[in-house]
Amino acid sequence: MTEQAGTLVRRLMEQPWGLWWLQARRLIRIEVRRNLLSKRAWWIYFLAFVPTVIILIHLLIERHPQFAINEDTTILAGIMQFYYIRLGIFFGCLGIFSRLIRGEMIERSLHFYMLAPVRREVLLLAKFAAGAISALALFGTATIANFAFIYLGFGAAGQDYMFNGAGMGQLEAYLVIVVLACLGYGSVFLLLSMMFRNPTPAALLVFGWEAVNPVMPSLLQKISVASYLRHLMPVTVQGQDIFALLTVTTEPVPGWVAALGLLVLIAVVLTYSCYRMRTLEIRYTTE
Amino acid sequence: MAMTNQSDRIIFDDVSKFYGEVLGVNRISLNIPPGVTTLVGPNGSGKTTLMNLMTGLVQPSSGTVSVLGLKTVDADRFFREVGYCTQFDSFPRGLTGFEFLMDSLLLHGMHPGDAIRLAQEALQRVKLTEAAHRKIAGYSKGMRQKIRLAQAIAHHPRVLVLDEPLNGLDPMARAESLALFEELGRQGMHLVISSHILDEVDRISDRVVLITGGYLVAEGNIHQVRQEVRDKPMQVLIRCDKPELLASKMFAVNHCVEARLHADGGGVFLRTGDIDQFYRLINEVAVEGMVKIEAVAPADDDAYSIYQYLIGSEGGPAR
Repeated sequence: MTEQAGTLVRRLMEQPWGLWWLQARRLIRIEVRRNLLSKRAWWIYFLAFVPTVIILIHLLIERHPQFAINEDTTILAGIMQFYYIRLGIFFGCLGIFSRLIRGEMIERSLHFYMLAPVRREVLLLAKFAAGAISALALFGTATIANFAFIYLGFGAAGQDYMFNGAGMGQLEAYLVIVVLACLGYGSVFLLLSMMFRNPTPAALLVFGWEAVNPVMPSLLQKISVASYLRHLMPVTVQGQDIFALLTVTTEPVPGWVAALGLLVLIAVVLTYSCYRMRTLEIRYTTE
Repeated sequence: MAMTNQSDRIIFDDVSKFYGEVLGVNRISLNIPPGVTTLVGPNGSGKTTLMNLMTGLVQPSSGTVSVLGLKTVDADRFFREVGYCTQFDSFPRGLTGFEFLMDSLLLHGMHPGDAIRLAQEALQRVKLTEAAHRKIAGYSKGMRQKIRLAQAIAHHPRVLVLDEPLNGLDPMARAESLALFEELGRQGMHLVISSHILDEVDRISDRVVLITGGYLVAEGNIHQVRQEVRDKPMQVLIRCDKPELLASKMFAVNHCVEARLHADGGGVFLRTGDIDQFYRLINEVAVEGMVKIEAVAPADDDAYSIYQYLIGSEGGPAR
């Protein structure tokens, strides 16, 4: 057993990790450039920054009474929980990650990467990393800007809440949630785009699944990105009417278990995506 | 299949490819040595499938393919040795020709300085230096063909796979490309070319692979393949001072089935069912001295004629 483990370690050490790292960095640079600087990305910018613009307008035209700071904290939590997690990041990641492989198949340019001296697993993981960086750059920036604009209006009280109160902890939690949401939805949409010519219907099924997941049995709740993220929310928001479905209280899960559970889910999805990438064929005529 | 040194061969071992229920290629076995090899066949015959199988863009349904002893799953090493100029006329968006080559070369893991040098060298070889910093989206069809070729050769591969590389090129660019292919072939590279413009490719080909309907019809040296097509009379051009006299003499023997004077009156095309007998008779005529023979050359052992004999004219290639 020890000998087998030694052989495995030796074989792993013999792999050209340095080359793979270099190739991955170059692929990420190419992909991030295309994701963020392409005209086609405008609607993802829109998804990321539309709440930011609304908050900014409120900041400019409304006076913020000091007693409303808790109310605005709840509004911000609602924006994160109902808009970003359920809509903005969901559809933003659909746009970014489904383009990485399927988009290139449609544009008939994927073969250039398949003919490069890059292992397909490296290609897939680098594209995934590029998608994650692009999504994080947009939604992470939007989250920070939202936070800043919300509390800027409260002057010294807002500053105090941010740096001496619960503000910074909440911002950190939201950023962790954004990171996990981008990675989670990103991995799912990357896989769906490799499984289906048009991943949108499958993505809408995932959208429905995520919505009804809180009322599912405990085991099925583990197959959901949003259910893990719900346990990481720093501020609880009770939804009204139909939104109540999205805030159903499920069995309590510690934050680290939720984060780890989601990372395991992402790892499983990416491993299967690598397998599919190895057997992927370029047949543009069927696209 | 005979055992050969795999490290300098492209080997297809009983390879079949089905796209669902549609046959791509069926039970193809090939052993391709260095030099220029032309894939010949009508549209949909399986030429591109063979090239895609060779480079891993599609996976065989059965059988194995290896190039210089390497498999495509070992992409790090495989694509250092192989360049593929596909027929797909599309590129990553928004790039100039130079950026396209640089992105491609940098993925090899090379130093940016080396990548710049190789990109410039490739652009010079395909004569596209002046347009290098223009967006590919603004290129003509011929320029796009050239930039694809530049990308395929830029990293100095040992195997170059070219799917219809002369499409879209003007006669001058075609001649330059052919000269480049010939030079690369002379340098000991593997060139596998599919082309509809057979009489041009034919001049630089060492070997021909004829394929139709996904089946291998014939393969090997062009002259050998022609010799093997024994049921078709061979045509020979004889340059001489009295072509009419020679034609009448040769036509008297029963294996000569057709005689046609050359348009310039300085020779005669003769078609014979027994080439060995034919050459013996020509020798006798020459010795007799009645006709002064200047040159004797086969007139139909080119890829086009072989194509016509074995596959026919339907959907056939251009001359």
